[in-house]
Amino acid sequence: MRTPIGVKGRNNPYDDDKVIDACSIFGMMDQQGRSMAGRDVVEAMTNMNERTNGLGSGYAVYGLYPKRRDQYVLHVMYDDRKALEWGSKFIDSEFKIVQDEEIPMDRSCCKADAPIMWRYFVDVDSERLNGTGEEDYVVQRVFSINTSEKGAYVVSSGKDMGVFKGVGWPQEIADTFHLDEYRGYLWTSHGRFPTNTPGWWGGAHPFSLLDTSIVHNGEISSYGTNRRFLEMLGYQCTFQTDTEIFSLALDYLMRRRKLPVEIIANIFAPPLWKDIDAMPPQQRNLLRSLRMVYGGLLMNGPFSIIFAKHGLMVGLTDRIKLRPLIAAKKKDVFFISSEESAIRCVQPDLDKVWHPRGGEPVVASCVNIHASTNPVLVMSS
Amino acid sequence: MKSYVLPDFNVTIDRETCTVCRGCVIQCTFNVYSFNKEKNRIDIDMNKCVDCQRCITFCPEDSITVTPTPIQYRQNASWSRENIRNIAKQAEAGGILLTGMGCDKPNFTYFDRLLLNASQVTNPSIDPIREPMELRTYLGSKPSLVNISSTGESLTDISLESPQLQVEIPILFSAMSFGSVNLNVQETLARTAVTSGTYFNVGEGGLNPKLNKYADHLVLQVASGRFGVHKGYLDAGAAVEIKIGQGAKPGIGGHLPGEKVTEEISATRMIPQGTDALSPAPHHDIYSIEDLSQLISAIKEATDYSKPVIVKIAAVHNSAAIASGIVRAGADIIAIDGMRGATGAAPQVIRDNVGIPIEMAIASVDSRLNQEGIRNKVSLIAGGGIRSSSDVVKAIALGADACYIATAALIAMGCTVCQKCYTGKCPWGIATMDPMISRRLNPDIAAKRVENLIRGWSLEIKEMLGGMGINSVESLRGNRHQLRGVGLTERELEILGIRMVGS
Repeated sequence: MRTPIGVKGRNNPYDDDKVIDACSIFGMMDQQGRSMAGRDVVEAMTNMNERTNGLGSGYAVYGLYPKRRDQYVLHVMYDDRKALEWGSKFIDSEFKIVQDEEIPMDRSCCKADAPIMWRYFVDVDSERLNGTGEEDYVVQRVFSINTSEKGAYVVSSGKDMGVFKGVGWPQEIADTFHLDEYRGYLWTSHGRFPTNTPGWWGGAHPFSLLDTSIVHNGEISSYGTNRRFLEMLGYQCTFQTDTEIFSLALDYLMRRRKLPVEIIANIFAPPLWKDIDAMPPQQRNLLRSLRMVYGGLLMNGPFSIIFAKHGLMVGLTDRIKLRPLIAAKKKDVFFISSEESAIRCVQPDLDKVWHPRGGEPVVASCVNIHASTNPVLVMSS
Repeated sequence: MKSYVLPDFNVTIDRETCTVCRGCVIQCTFNVYSFNKEKNRIDIDMNKCVDCQRCITFCPEDSITVTPTPIQYRQNASWSRENIRNIAKQAEAGGILLTGMGCDKPNFTYFDRLLLNASQVTNPSIDPIREPMELRTYLGSKPSLVNISSTGESLTDISLESPQLQVEIPILFSAMSFGSVNLNVQETLARTAVTSGTYFNVGEGGLNPKLNKYADHLVLQVASGRFGVHKGYLDAGAAVEIKIGQGAKPGIGGHLPGEKVTEEISATRMIPQGTDALSPAPHHDIYSIEDLSQLISAIKEATDYSKPVIVKIAAVHNSAAIASGIVRAGADIIAIDGMRGATGAAPQVIRDNVGIPIEMAIASVDSRLNQEGIRNKVSLIAGGGIRSSSDVVKAIALGADACYIATAALIAMGCTVCQKCYTGKCPWGIATMDPMISRRLNPDIAAKRVENLIRGWSLEIKEMLGGMGINSVESLRGNRHQLRGVGLTERELEILGIRMVGS
């Protein structure tokens, strides 16, 4: 295993320790909704340290707070005590805080500049909504915090789930946040090789909005087009990275437009025109319409992603598959990973392993879940 | 009156090699050359030369040389040669100075100050020879969402809801009317539009019946003169364009002199033979966005909502606000023509001083429509000064859906931009209605040349897209992160919505 690199500042401005590598992504889900410890996920990620360089890692865990599954949980990252004071006051003014606490961290395991991490279990007062949907209300407050320039960033905002991320190797971040003490039925994770954006705590993956989270390997060449499309819809990009685009696009397509996962896959990574032209009329009409209307959300450039929501885990690559993605199953446990070795390292005896084609989504769903906001449309089993 | 205007060009013939074949006498429509029977030689009147280079191209012995004249006025930083010449001309003629083609001043070519991005290691470039590369795009108003059933079927047919133009390359041939160019040119462009999967705009001169077979690839214009506009005309093409303005002459109408209104032009324009065809600057039924809205509605009604309606404006100072109004008036496509746009004839002072560059116009319009959340309701076509495939790529990255080209297509046919279109003597048989000169342009050969140009540009666009790690043109649209500016002020960069090189 490579020795962690000494990162002097938040942004590693001179790239002086840059190691040519890649990102690693991994996800596992118990399709019966049974809770799993984070140990396997961390082990799988550690197995892929060759793809990482210690400048960013993170985990999304679903089924995390079963005792408080009816409350939204805001994981908030603060630059300093002043920001904490401001953020706590703001959240208190906008929500009904049921409980809040500092997220337990072992700072000796991580880089020196780790921010303050706080979590708030909150209810939304229906009288405050003024005709806005509850989720839209939460989203607007998340944007308010993230764009405030007060040194506060909402890392996750869903129910019964949470994101833990920062600058460090996957195992360092796991140790920092005591992930061995957490359990969930769905875990996704990411190890980062920083490309064009600075490695900072808020910029680490997963990215999350409400209960949707995403981890991403690759780089989006269409970022300018995608961002412009989302900004037209009122979204604001605040995290300086192309992966944020995915989380906002998912919020728009999956939550607001309620589009099925397969349709979303066809928007992010659509078939080529020559293939669309050869399809039966109804299918051709659908796919042509999607490209015409949502062409601004076509994700161009190399990517493999895993996005998750309560009861759902989806793997997808770009349409010419410039990044790897492997899926596997063992009984009720579904795996998606950058590398097969990472899956084999935690489950050597697999029932099924396959390599999905470019643009072909791998969809794992789970019905035995408790906290869910909107039903997720999945067209295939 | 003795002319004080000095010649622009020095024409010489190498008498050693010249065979006195008289080819130059035949080729030069400006009568620079004449055969001197007594001396058995070619005489030269260089005052008439426009540097079209037709004679040079067709001289079998390569005996002719044309160079800028060495005769100069006394050097003066304030009074340039052009200033002095223009005054001399006006002192003789007492009229507006006319010119053809687009602005030739060195100012405002922002395209040359924009540099494209290229992928390197982490985001690999894509090789268009080995990987698919898609240039198709659809022009027209798009709904904000696709209605999808629970079983995943589209419940709306967008093409029926809002008609679209399908272009296989993001390039269309801009308006060139019958009269400004001859039918051979129009047929060349219509034919190339079919073979290249795009559209040709026939301009304001009506539709010659010989072009009917290309109807599916024609855009038909409704200009202020309403020449040739009738129900059958509107039904004939794939789209209708309302022309409000033109980049080469914003705020200026058109004028086809009566001597050019031949029997055929009279028939297609629906005006008497020999009368001047005047298209005024304003449409006399459009004095507001509401009026424009009515005309758009009338055209849509007349064409059974089956064709997109384009509104073409010249790029001017407040293009963004105007475009916003045009979207709300119901246009499906807005064509914006920059100040380097070409024309058959324009007052020189207008061409060189009115309007703004297309780069600034397209960037500000795209930003404004995006901020207002209505960018999806309209497609943008950028025209006026598109000289190369890289200009196309940069215009799309600044926010255009596609580009109009005209001069580039004419150059592919043979035009050498001598800027004498308004004389009607185009030696290359393009901007002329003279039947003998028009025959110089063979539509079979010209169509092949323009098709080659489009193919060449397509390949280059694919290479540039691949270099940026993009394999579909829709991911370039408004992708200003792929651009950087060099030698521009902060304010210019801000309006273009791009960053400085090195950042």
